Amino acid sequence: MVGVMHFPQTTIGKKVIMAISGVVWIGFLAAHMFGNLKVYTGAEHFNEYAEGLRTLGAPILGYAQALWVLRIIVIVSIVAHMWAALTLNQRNRQARPARYTEHKKLSANYATLTMIYGGVAIFFFIIYHLMHFTWGVAGVHPSFIATDPYHNVIAGFSSYGYVPAIIYLIALVFLAFHLFHGTWSLFQTLGLNNKTYDGALHGLAWAVALVITLGFATVPLGVMFGLLS
Amino acid sequence: MNVDDIKVFEGDLDSAVPEGPIQQIWDDHRFNMKLVNPSNRRKYKVIVVGSGLAGGSAAASLGEMGYNVHCFFYQDSARRAHSVAAQGGINAAKNYRNDGDSIFRLFYDTVKGGDYRSREANVYRLAQVSNNIIDQCVAQGVPFAREYGGMLDNRSFGGAQVSRTFYARGQTGQQLLLGAYQALQRQAHAGTVTLYPRTEMLDLIVIDGRARGIVTRNMITGQIKSYLGDAVVLATGGYGNTYFLSTNAKGCNASAAWRAYKRGAYFANPCYVQIHPTCIPPSGEHQSKLTLMSESLRNDGRIWVPRQPGDRRPAAQIPEEERYYYLEEKYPSFGNLVPRDVASRNAKAVVDAGHGVGELQNGVYLDFSEAIGRLGKQVIKDRYGNLFDMYTSITGEDPYEVPMRIYPAVHYTMGGLWVDYNLQSSIPGLFVLGEANFSDHGANRLGASALMQGLADGYFVAPYTVGNYLARVGADTGDSAASAPEVAQAEAAVQEKIDKLMSINGKHSVTHFHRELGKVMWNGVGMARNDAGLREALQRIPEIRAEFWENVRVPGSAADLNQSLEMAGRVADFLELGELLALDALHRTESCGGHFREESQTEEGEAKRDDENFSYVAAWEYTGDGSTPNLHKEPLKFEYVKLTQRSYK
Amino acid sequence: MKLNLKIWRQPSQQAQGQLVDYQLDNVSEDSSFLEMLDLLNEQLIENGDEPVAFDHDCREGICGMCSLVINGVAHGQDREKIKQVTVCQLHMRNFSDGETIVIEPWRSAAFPVLKDLIVNRTAFDRIIQAGGYISVSTGSAADANALPIPKKKADVSMDAAACIGCGACVAACPNGSAMLFTSAKITHLGVLPQGETERYQRVVNMVAQMDKEGFGGCTNMGECEAVCPKEISLDFIARMNRDLISAAFRGISPTV
Repeated sequence: MVGVMHFPQTTIGKKVIMAISGVVWIGFLAAHMFGNLKVYTGAEHFNEYAEGLRTLGAPILGYAQALWVLRIIVIVSIVAHMWAALTLNQRNRQARPARYTEHKKLSANYATLTMIYGGVAIFFFIIYHLMHFTWGVAGVHPSFIATDPYHNVIAGFSSYGYVPAIIYLIALVFLAFHLFHGTWSLFQTLGLNNKTYDGALHGLAWAVALVITLGFATVPLGVMFGLLS
Repeated sequence: MNVDDIKVFEGDLDSAVPEGPIQQIWDDHRFNMKLVNPSNRRKYKVIVVGSGLAGGSAAASLGEMGYNVHCFFYQDSARRAHSVAAQGGINAAKNYRNDGDSIFRLFYDTVKGGDYRSREANVYRLAQVSNNIIDQCVAQGVPFAREYGGMLDNRSFGGAQVSRTFYARGQTGQQLLLGAYQALQRQAHAGTVTLYPRTEMLDLIVIDGRARGIVTRNMITGQIKSYLGDAVVLATGGYGNTYFLSTNAKGCNASAAWRAYKRGAYFANPCYVQIHPTCIPPSGEHQSKLTLMSESLRNDGRIWVPRQPGDRRPAAQIPEEERYYYLEEKYPSFGNLVPRDVASRNAKAVVDAGHGVGELQNGVYLDFSEAIGRLGKQVIKDRYGNLFDMYTSITGEDPYEVPMRIYPAVHYTMGGLWVDYNLQSSIPGLFVLGEANFSDHGANRLGASALMQGLADGYFVAPYTVGNYLARVGADTGDSAASAPEVAQAEAAVQEKIDKLMSINGKHSVTHFHRELGKVMWNGVGMARNDAGLREALQRIPEIRAEFWENVRVPGSAADLNQSLEMAGRVADFLELGELLALDALHRTESCGGHFREESQTEEGEAKRDDENFSYVAAWEYTGDGSTPNLHKEPLKFEYVKLTQRSYK
Repeated sequence: MKLNLKIWRQPSQQAQGQLVDYQLDNVSEDSSFLEMLDLLNEQLIENGDEPVAFDHDCREGICGMCSLVINGVAHGQDREKIKQVTVCQLHMRNFSDGETIVIEPWRSAAFPVLKDLIVNRTAFDRIIQAGGYISVSTGSAADANALPIPKKKADVSMDAAACIGCGACVAACPNGSAMLFTSAKITHLGVLPQGETERYQRVVNMVAQMDKEGFGGCTNMGECEAVCPKEISLDFIARMNRDLISAAFRGISPTV
């Protein structure tokens, strides 16, 4: 037991926490993206799907119970992910207090260098997203109707001169990079990588990043280009 | 120093070799040793200087036994000692190849390879424990090369007739050192060994005729401090850097051994210097050291020079019939695989005769084109890829396309502090291990034997013999040595020398003088020596030394990290040691192994020994700065190996 | 060739450092980078200045002592970028006449600068002390061939054991992480049957010590692997992670 307790204290343990919570989020995002695509099936079906999320597991589970279990898993994951990321980042800054006058990167790419900034940006986006489509905060969403998600989507993206849609698209770019490096990285962190699989894992990382973000992106783009109304 | 003033003492050196058949004496001797009770061992303090194969393994082993060990070294980590650079391999008489190897054969080959100038009993013990070394290293996790069946691989090395060399790619020294280093760190963690990185030994403390401690300088703070113990173990390597250019690391120095010599330890056979035939030739005055290319290259490379002296055409334009494959022509049966000393001398001879190749005409070709044609580029790449890459990064030439250029360089010193069978020097309580002692290689060391000797001394000899000594003298639990006047005297002497170096404030850097010394040594006391050249060196070295003490400039402060000061102390010692080396070479008018006197050669130009007059160890006793040292002769008797003239025709 | 050098000068660990400009002429293309610094130092000494302190020893790429960041790359880079080598193996023909070269020490909280370009790397030794060995005392070994080891395992072990402990991985890592170094030793010993007994305790202890020394965490950028002169692979980090996770499930806690 002591060994298990010690584990999250280590730099590697923190990374493992990030990897596992990252897996949860990749699953959540994939499911979320798949659900979003139902918007193309029309208002009725889409609203039915949204309601279906709340009646999941009925009649054994009560209204929204399953949804809340899933929400708690997702919330715990992101809190753990951020706690590990921020404590590690602080530690990493302490480990390298002095900077080089000149420092040439040989291997690190844009995605790897911006993980922490991308992560922070995505976090703020999630708050905005919740205010926008979940809580329907007045001023963030022009005409939120709790029982009509389809209306909320169309109205939410097409209002304010498409600014919300553009915010979503920018956030998705951050998400793509974050997912790309995160997906490859989690295999490395969990010790499931080696040079033989490295190419395949990079391919998988690109696939995960692109499928999820492009899937999400079609909705605001669809609204902007009039495919959805 | 004058060769005519040497006072000779015979019969006063006790080699302490026990009586009995050579196969039995080490076992008997171990049984007869006095033991220290395990619970009392921590009361004994042992000082170990050096953390290479010999020092690291000795410190770790003594720590494991429970002694209170203190290990000093000049690098920032024990893992960097120059044993790390050995490439080829380590010999052992395992006979895993079933090719007729045995302890006796390894013993026999080593004595013969040393040109009959080593002590039989020591060499026999070396061959005996060689097998334990391999067992020990494998248990530690040294990743020796293996066959597909999982068994250890062996190769033949340096022209040996049996495959007895164990290796770990081209990094055998590194891997063996890491084994010893890890064992040492384990003891550091256990608290039995205290490590002193970046700490240099600058003097030996001798009290009542016993070695009792050392004076050190902390190379970061400049603090001079003495450490006292019940025994002192020196494992500080050889003195090859006396020649300025050598394959030794830049920091390798003889100061610990030299200061011990000046405190009364005898220095044996300093003239036995091994010159390795396959090194990259210097490319100019800026050259700071020479890089060894593994001897294994001679297995597939053919050595040649243009037949016409002064021929400056590129190698490819020289037709086959104008190429002089001098080793193959002179030594048809061994060809390019003749022993190191023979290959080196022949290279020098052809270069001196104007056949040298390269910009500075200071090398010979080692040509792989024939082997590439026969085996294909890939096979050569698999065998020597790393070495070829290294050659390319240093010279900017591609040895797959143009022949390598090689030239001999100082590589290893067989001489060193005199020790008896127990590896104890002429000062009781001062033990000397590895390259720092003179004991096992005679006048020439065989390939893959240095690693064997370092680890034999450190793992399997010194831990017993040091324990035996400690059991006999008892522990100084009251630290009575601390108040002895010798301690303060030694510290004061060290301080005085440093103050002197700092105060000269002359015109030239330390390197300037070191380079001057190197030229004299290489030209006068190098591969081929003669009376006139040696006498000239004996005259020049004191001149350079005098000029050094007049005109050296050591900038900065002594109370600080000061690399110039570190070098200055070392070069000051080389300037004295070089003179003794030349004197020893002058007095030994025979040729043997690495010591070649032009006056003593066979009709074919091979080394000719003079067993009647020189079958002894020359152990030199310090008699004062600049004065001629006394010569103590330890006669060498060969009861098991028959004396023959080496022949590689 | 002629060079403009910008070299980090720092009198002691406590003192502030700065880059100082030097001009150096008549540098041979055939000299090594360290020989170029030797030349500079000889000129500084003969002019009465203090030479630049830098660590070096074997000068053949194996001891791991030399440690310079050259133009932003640990150990510098050869012009063709064929193979990463240690500074002592880097030759001046990789630079051009008139070039400006910036030379800095390894930078990491766990490697404090002692003077100029010299840093203190004893943290690495303490990581090894925490468990980077197989606990076998002298004299207790069985016959070397009593335990066959598949060639493939021995080769992986050797790949990892090739680490020279220079610290370039830490210097290059934006997080100052020592994971490549630590994982190399864990792999070297952990893949061998001799090292199996202590495998999990070893990884727990060495990682704990690595963290204690103040090294940063790994963010899988691969900068360490890119500068490593001995081609130590990121695979070893993955392996170390795997072993640490297994150790956690086995309930092993550090004993250092």
